[in-house]
Amino acid sequence: MAQIFHRSTNTLSRVTIFGAVFIVGFVLWVIGGIVRSPYATDQGIRREQPVPFSHQHHVAGLGIDCRYCHTSVETSSFAGIPPMATCMNCHSQIWTNADMLEPVRASYASGKPLIWSRVHRLPDFVHFNHSIHVSKGIGCATCHGRVDEMALTFQAAPLTMQWCLTCHRNPEQFVRPRDQVFNMGYVPVNQAELGPKLVREYKILGPGVLTSCSTCHY
Amino acid sequence: MPKQIDFTEFRKRVGDLRGREYWRSLEELSRSEEFDDFVNQEFPQHAVALDHGVDRRDFVKLMGASVALAGLTACNRPAEKIIPYIRQPEDLIPGRPLFFATAMPLQGIGSGVLAESHMGRPTKIEGNPDHPSSLGATDAFMQASILGLYDPDRSQVVRHLGEISTWSEFIGALQSPLQAATTNGGTLRLLTQTVTSPTLGAQIEQLRAQYPSMQWHQWEPVSRDNVREGLRLAFGSYVNAVYHFDKANVVVSLDSDFTERGPGHLRYARDFADRRRVRHGVTASINRLYAIESAPSGSGALADHRLPVRRSDVEAYARAIAAGLGVGPAPSPAVPEGQWIAALVRDLQKNRGAGIVIAGEEQPAAVHAIAMAINQALGNIGAAVTVTDPVEVTPVNQLESLRQLVQDMNSGAVKALVILGGNPVFDAPADFHFANAFQKVPFRAHLSLYYDETSILSHWHIPETHYLESWSDVRAHDGTISIVQPLIAPLYNGRSPHEVLGALIGGLDVSPYDQVRSHWMRVAAGVPARRSGGASAGETPAATPDFEITWRKWLNDGVIAGSALPPRTAAASTAIPAAGNRHPATALELQLASDPTVFDGRFANNAWLQELPKPQTKVTWENVLLVSPKTADEIGYNEARRAPYANERSTILVDLRYRGQSLRVPLWVVPGHPDGCATLHFGYGRSRGGHVASPKEETVGVNVYPVRFSDAMSGGSGAQIVLTGEPAYPIGCTQEHQSINPADVGGDRGLVRAASFAEYQRNPDFVNEYAGGEERTDTASFYPPYSYPGHAWAMVIDSSVCTGCNGCVIACQSENNIATVGKDQVWREREMQWLRIDRYYRGPVENPEVYHQPVPCMQCEQAPCEPVCPVGATVHSSEGLNDMTYNRCVGTRYCSNNCPYKVRRFNFLFYSDYETPALKPMRNPDVTVRTRGVMEKCTYCVQRINAAKIDAERENRPLRDGEVVTACQQACPTNAIVFGDMNDPKSQVAQLKKEPTNYALLASLNTRPRTTYLGVIRNPNPEIKG
Repeated sequence: MAQIFHRSTNTLSRVTIFGAVFIVGFVLWVIGGIVRSPYATDQGIRREQPVPFSHQHHVAGLGIDCRYCHTSVETSSFAGIPPMATCMNCHSQIWTNADMLEPVRASYASGKPLIWSRVHRLPDFVHFNHSIHVSKGIGCATCHGRVDEMALTFQAAPLTMQWCLTCHRNPEQFVRPRDQVFNMGYVPVNQAELGPKLVREYKILGPGVLTSCSTCHY
Repeated sequence: MPKQIDFTEFRKRVGDLRGREYWRSLEELSRSEEFDDFVNQEFPQHAVALDHGVDRRDFVKLMGASVALAGLTACNRPAEKIIPYIRQPEDLIPGRPLFFATAMPLQGIGSGVLAESHMGRPTKIEGNPDHPSSLGATDAFMQASILGLYDPDRSQVVRHLGEISTWSEFIGALQSPLQAATTNGGTLRLLTQTVTSPTLGAQIEQLRAQYPSMQWHQWEPVSRDNVREGLRLAFGSYVNAVYHFDKANVVVSLDSDFTERGPGHLRYARDFADRRRVRHGVTASINRLYAIESAPSGSGALADHRLPVRRSDVEAYARAIAAGLGVGPAPSPAVPEGQWIAALVRDLQKNRGAGIVIAGEEQPAAVHAIAMAINQALGNIGAAVTVTDPVEVTPVNQLESLRQLVQDMNSGAVKALVILGGNPVFDAPADFHFANAFQKVPFRAHLSLYYDETSILSHWHIPETHYLESWSDVRAHDGTISIVQPLIAPLYNGRSPHEVLGALIGGLDVSPYDQVRSHWMRVAAGVPARRSGGASAGETPAATPDFEITWRKWLNDGVIAGSALPPRTAAASTAIPAAGNRHPATALELQLASDPTVFDGRFANNAWLQELPKPQTKVTWENVLLVSPKTADEIGYNEARRAPYANERSTILVDLRYRGQSLRVPLWVVPGHPDGCATLHFGYGRSRGGHVASPKEETVGVNVYPVRFSDAMSGGSGAQIVLTGEPAYPIGCTQEHQSINPADVGGDRGLVRAASFAEYQRNPDFVNEYAGGEERTDTASFYPPYSYPGHAWAMVIDSSVCTGCNGCVIACQSENNIATVGKDQVWREREMQWLRIDRYYRGPVENPEVYHQPVPCMQCEQAPCEPVCPVGATVHSSEGLNDMTYNRCVGTRYCSNNCPYKVRRFNFLFYSDYETPALKPMRNPDVTVRTRGVMEKCTYCVQRINAAKIDAERENRPLRDGEVVTACQQACPTNAIVFGDMNDPKSQVAQLKKEPTNYALLASLNTRPRTTYLGVIRNPNPEIKG
């Protein structure tokens, strides 16, 4: 009977068999990379917005506090986005004819709200509460990055569960004095000493509580 | 071949239940091989996953589709939209709910409600603690009303002859019948449901002033005519009776389900339970309840002595009690339970002024009169029973009112009929032939929530507003007035009855808000209701700053303080009406009553209520003909015939013949049902109820109204049940679903532990010395113990006061976004309610004691579910909860396999409705909506725990006891469920855990459940044996 397969098939099959382990490993590594990459997490993606609102200008340039617009950040799970009336507090006085602000004025006049694209979005099975983080001394910039340096807002952190847990496991590495929470440029002086002290002072619960599933998932 | 056993065998078996006193169902009692096989299947719901096998082609197709779809998941998700307010409302903080006080009217009676609103969307109903009829509790109807609000099947548009029309066209069309009515007002008729709303009353009064001979008819199919007429017999005029169960040591129920039905039942249940709760070292005595009833009820299940008798025989027992107290002659022939009655009478006499005799709605007026005569003779009136003016604006005999209307329609006297709410074409007595008479009226307009049976026969249909959508006012069972304030603008272009009446009165379109507010402004200013003339604005005084403050307080409190009707000094006549003829004992009696979950049919399109197991039978999605085991035997449906239908999974269809009508209904055998009669609930069989009530033009359940006649509204004698020989009929009965199998855990382990109050006083530890239950006290475990340095959440359920009313089940469903599954899936044991109420019987099948036991997740400290999860989706929290992480669950179902309490629910199919836009705003935003393939379960409302903890921590203070309230606890009318932090020794739950009657289910498994129970304590009369 004639040979069906050429001799080189032997080599090919050996490579395939032994290579399979590496191929599977490689595929898993690629998938692992993709799910952590900005492609999946949206980290660093600038979204198109109806008005190119610049946090850099309003926060760093004008020195407006976060809470002027995000009013419920200290009381509610949701930090809040400013109603059009908040924009018009100033913009009925300044830049009243700027073309860029036409959609804001139109919206305020017509009562038809602007539709923003959400930048920070958590899945529906995660329940994040802004107020408790703020009251326990977690700065805005810890999660949102230097918003005061963002001309167009983007998501600074990956917002993966792994990322959340770095802090929920070791809050002392991230906690800051309460009066520095809204300070975008805060740089800790001696976090190794200050962190544990603040954790005690603010009665931040231990990792046992903070890493219980039902702390965030329910 | 199934074992052949008959009724006598049954009775013997109850006798031999040594060490296993409690039984759940007749199937369990029969101990057939089928039943054992059924129970021993760990997960019968899994066995029916595929109706046919999977062949190679299907397999390849499915795999191909899965691979193709798997690729899609990697695509970048689109940006979510986020929309700001233009001007943010004051007091509204996004992410924090607001609560508004309002009231839900049912049968014209309001129950106080606090409605939770998330950014303008009502999502949950709670009771209003300041409202006298609620005291913070809710029943299933109130909880489910939130689904009723969003129901996409609600009528959304004005219709004229079925075609889409407009409100202004309707107003235009009204003018000619109104014109005709100016010359002869009698041609104009108004048909409403029971009206207690002072504003609506004033509007009707004004309309009458305009059209003096206009007639107003009222009709409610769940009739309170018997109560009204009975009290009129006793007191000489229409009055309202208010019962004070907190003042009653002895209660006698004459076929009254006072804890679950009728005005004020939530309050009555609370007051009754407050006198029944036993606390060690505190409680010196508890109340006693005698129930003489015609079908198993919630109140009957609570009773210390229960006597099942045919509905028509209750009167004889009432007369016997009265005669024992020297009121009226003894019935002839005498009732068989002479000694029982004598003991009851002595008990009543020992508690003069501290007793209540209450008669049920289905009992004839005479029984109500007798009950009041007994109360009078005992001095209870003015003490535990008070009498006030009627709560209705105009109390009438509604049956006669409707009869008059039908006569006038037939004679052609009615030229225009405006129906405000209700569905008389569906629910009027059969002999009125309402639909025929109705169609003789030249102008017919119907205001209703749905385009229903009556709407389709009307010229004009106006969509009605839900109570959460419009302004109104309503009286409670004691007359207290609540302003009904809306939570949301009408979703479906609805109009309120106030607007329709406004249109009839004429003048400019007045909003319901202005109607209600100006009515109360006039009341506050002492201006009498407008009697004549049009709606001139000048008559309404201008709002004073004082009124504004008062008005806001009323809205804030949900009640108008001090508006309860004052008790009248009135004496009931002790000259009781003469006895009529009793139904012959040989003829089968048909007993009709409203359905415990869909009521008169108005809730038929509410899937939560459809799927709610009926409190006593645990049947879902339909009505069944209830008979006693003995009656079933007599009609030829004995145990041998029943065996093939074992496991309460199917039954037979029978023909019920009654007065020339025949209904094909499923037969259902109920222990404790009186013999010689059959009970059937009306409210099912809607032909135009919506997608849930009438799917694809079919009907769910059987329409019973065709056998409801005006001379026998509660049923009558002469019924006949004929076996049909049809194939087995499947039934979605949940009683044997997810039940704890005593055999699996080594025989009877005392799931229910009960004692009499006397036994308890002798031996407060009775639960620990439970027969046959050797309790393991060691805590050995292969796993290291957990420590709970912070909170340790725990629950105690006081079984003594659980009425099995189902309020908690629906509250849980609403709070936790639990999906409904439909009858077919219930039949496959896949119902999703996280909290179930198990029913247990003890004693003979003719009249067993009934126990209800709510079973949520036990939150075991040594939880069998946790170690078996391969993906760590169910893990122990630092506070002792068995967390369930939906996003991690891969659906192996090992956890529910290993759960001895069977409290985990698996989402087999896409039960959650992700598509219907109307249902999206209804969901609780604090709880994930679970999808297919995910296990779910109770986590003690962890979203509420977290919210309260965050609030406390933000305010830098410890969490107070009572700050976290679970949904089931909040709904419970009797405060049977107590939740809190076990680590706080002062907390209520920690105190209850120290009660000697505290015990855990299946404690011998060493699961150390956090949910424990207090043993049932009842208070039988020592003079009555057996």
